[in-house]
Amino acid sequence: MTAVGSYFKIGPARLFVHLAVLLIVIIWLIPTLGIFVSALRDKDQIVVSGWWTAFVGSTQTVAVRLGTPDQQRQEGANYVISGNVLEGQTGRSVKAFGNRVQQPAAFDAGMTADLGDGETLQINSDGSYRYMKNAAFSPDARPRRIYVSVSAPPEFTLQNYKTVLTGEGIGQSFINSLTVTIPATIIPILIAAFAAYALSWMEFPGRALLIALVVGLIVVPLQMSLIPLLRLYNEVGTMLGQPSKTYPGIWLAHTAFGMPLAIFLLRAYIAGLPKEIIESARVDGASDFEIFTRIVLPLSFPALASFAIFQFLWVWNDLLVAMVFLGTDKDHLVLTGSLNALLGSRGGNWEILTASAFVTIVVPLLVFFGLQRYLVRGLLAGSVKGG
Amino acid sequence: MLWQIVSALSVVVVAVVACSAYFYFSNKILDFALPVSDGDVRAASRNLNRRAMIRPWLFLGPALFLLFVYLVYPVVATFILSFYDRTGLQFVGLTNYKWAIGDREFRQSIFNNILWLAVVPAACTFFGLVIAVMTDRIWWGNIAKSIVFMPMAISFVGASVIWKFIYEYRGGNDVQIGLLNAIVQLFGGTPEVWISVPFWNNFFLMVILIWIQTGFAMVILSAALRGIPEETIEAAVIDGANGWQIFWRIMVPQVWGTIAVVWTTITILVLKVFDIVLTMTNGQWQTMVLANLMFDWMFRGGGDSGRSAVIAIIIMLAVTPIMIWNVRRANRELKGH
Repeated sequence: MTAVGSYFKIGPARLFVHLAVLLIVIIWLIPTLGIFVSALRDKDQIVVSGWWTAFVGSTQTVAVRLGTPDQQRQEGANYVISGNVLEGQTGRSVKAFGNRVQQPAAFDAGMTADLGDGETLQINSDGSYRYMKNAAFSPDARPRRIYVSVSAPPEFTLQNYKTVLTGEGIGQSFINSLTVTIPATIIPILIAAFAAYALSWMEFPGRALLIALVVGLIVVPLQMSLIPLLRLYNEVGTMLGQPSKTYPGIWLAHTAFGMPLAIFLLRAYIAGLPKEIIESARVDGASDFEIFTRIVLPLSFPALASFAIFQFLWVWNDLLVAMVFLGTDKDHLVLTGSLNALLGSRGGNWEILTASAFVTIVVPLLVFFGLQRYLVRGLLAGSVKGG
Repeated sequence: MLWQIVSALSVVVVAVVACSAYFYFSNKILDFALPVSDGDVRAASRNLNRRAMIRPWLFLGPALFLLFVYLVYPVVATFILSFYDRTGLQFVGLTNYKWAIGDREFRQSIFNNILWLAVVPAACTFFGLVIAVMTDRIWWGNIAKSIVFMPMAISFVGASVIWKFIYEYRGGNDVQIGLLNAIVQLFGGTPEVWISVPFWNNFFLMVILIWIQTGFAMVILSAALRGIPEETIEAAVIDGANGWQIFWRIMVPQVWGTIAVVWTTITILVLKVFDIVLTMTNGQWQTMVLANLMFDWMFRGGGDSGRSAVIAIIIMLAVTPIMIWNVRRANRELKGH
């Protein structure tokens, strides 16, 4: 029990706390749950019922056509067309049927409906039907259209994922995102760690000023940098005869934009390492390079890991930098970019949107839940200290 | 596709090796150029001093290069560009600033930004604090915390899709598949196209950011709450304080510094918010904010670098007080060490 927790041990307030937290958890979970459930549903079902009904099954009204007159058989004085309205659909059942769109559920399953003109129709709950007439069906009559309400059990499918991974360019974007993210996570750590060491353990004029600069740059809005950098990239691109929007270009951009926070977080950690270790290594004749690679780097693993997670999440989830520095053509579109494009072009196709959203979310969520402990540690190192 | 993976991985290796090689060889060269093991003691100590002067800059070199090229230079360049015309070639003085003041869309963006700044940081901090206090005293608090913290991992675009689904509206007599409209209908209300209701739609967009950021506030405030000395709360309990009094009079004042940090961090984030507005409304139905307006002018009609630079400068001005406060705080901390 923590200090702040102890006074709550008594009283009905505890029950209230449990309920309140439960409510909050539900509110926080439900939006994501909606996406996950919908992505697994049949695309026709998504549009006819809310995702929260997915677990209890659904009832939907569909129009079907009965068999053609050439299927008729004579039974005594009557002619019968028989068949099954649920042909090829397993697990579903008919609840009601009707012959007019205004009353699509006029008759319960199993009842015999009088359709006039000496015609009767019976549809059983398993879908089998008998369509009967007291005379022969005219051979050129069009197959009759009727309405059935079909109750479907909860159904889940992976079809939506198949569609988005192969058809909507999400698979390609997934690879693009990885191509952007992995180098843009590793390179800044190395560069920032050296800088953080220099700012913590090396004496040189202007050190305090540089630390202040780094702290100040943490808050510089990204938007500031876009126009001048875009111009710079174009100039450099023309100079080198390369297109201006390349992977190395975006790696450098992400490295630089993550740099102030990286140096800030790593410096806080590295400066806190025990002085004795570093000084005794120095007395033993180790150079700064050796101290850094052999002592500081291994000891700083928790801080490096927490920054790596941060940077990974930030780069993976970024839209703005990718849109500006990598462009929006198909070969370079990252996941967030293609999801944004789908919102524009397939705004109503929730089976595509939900499955795509899940694909973009799954990697960061895995990283997040796998390494949450380090992430929290990193957050705390940067924010709480001296706050 | 396989080829792309292989090439991406090889580039990672090359980049890391090149980076390491820079640090390794630059240090080796320095040691070689300024030897200290010679018989000449005076030269050795002179070289040792020189090494100590140069080496920090070898360590800092790449980081400083990136910081200056990608952050310091652009701030200056954007400032200068804001006085030039749309192509950035013709000096036009304060024309762009005058345009901004007179532009309806710009004023709308400023208004919306102020709305965001007033609501989001306050809501995140408040919910974060309340949830932190409550989860700290139940046995499944850590699970609850993880769930509230989870949206931090989700991209703004992903979160927008999630919430767009919540706000989904279907016309006519169709069954509502958006949760919000379904609930409204359940209580006898009329379904609405929520994201196009002027003024209020801003709040529906804010909810997304609050949903994402409350976990961040919660984690940090929770750590701060644990740092409160047990005695102060015990003393208050003995003096007969109730739960509310303990919360407002003891706990909140003790974590005031941390609340300020969380508030500021989220404020900065709000000023930069771009993805949510772009994906949800693209600034339509009076939801434009500065960051999106700036992006819009960067590319609208072939791009107008002058006007978008002005908007960037406005965002920068809004951040500057926070920047100064941050630097002061860091300096105080540094002296305290």
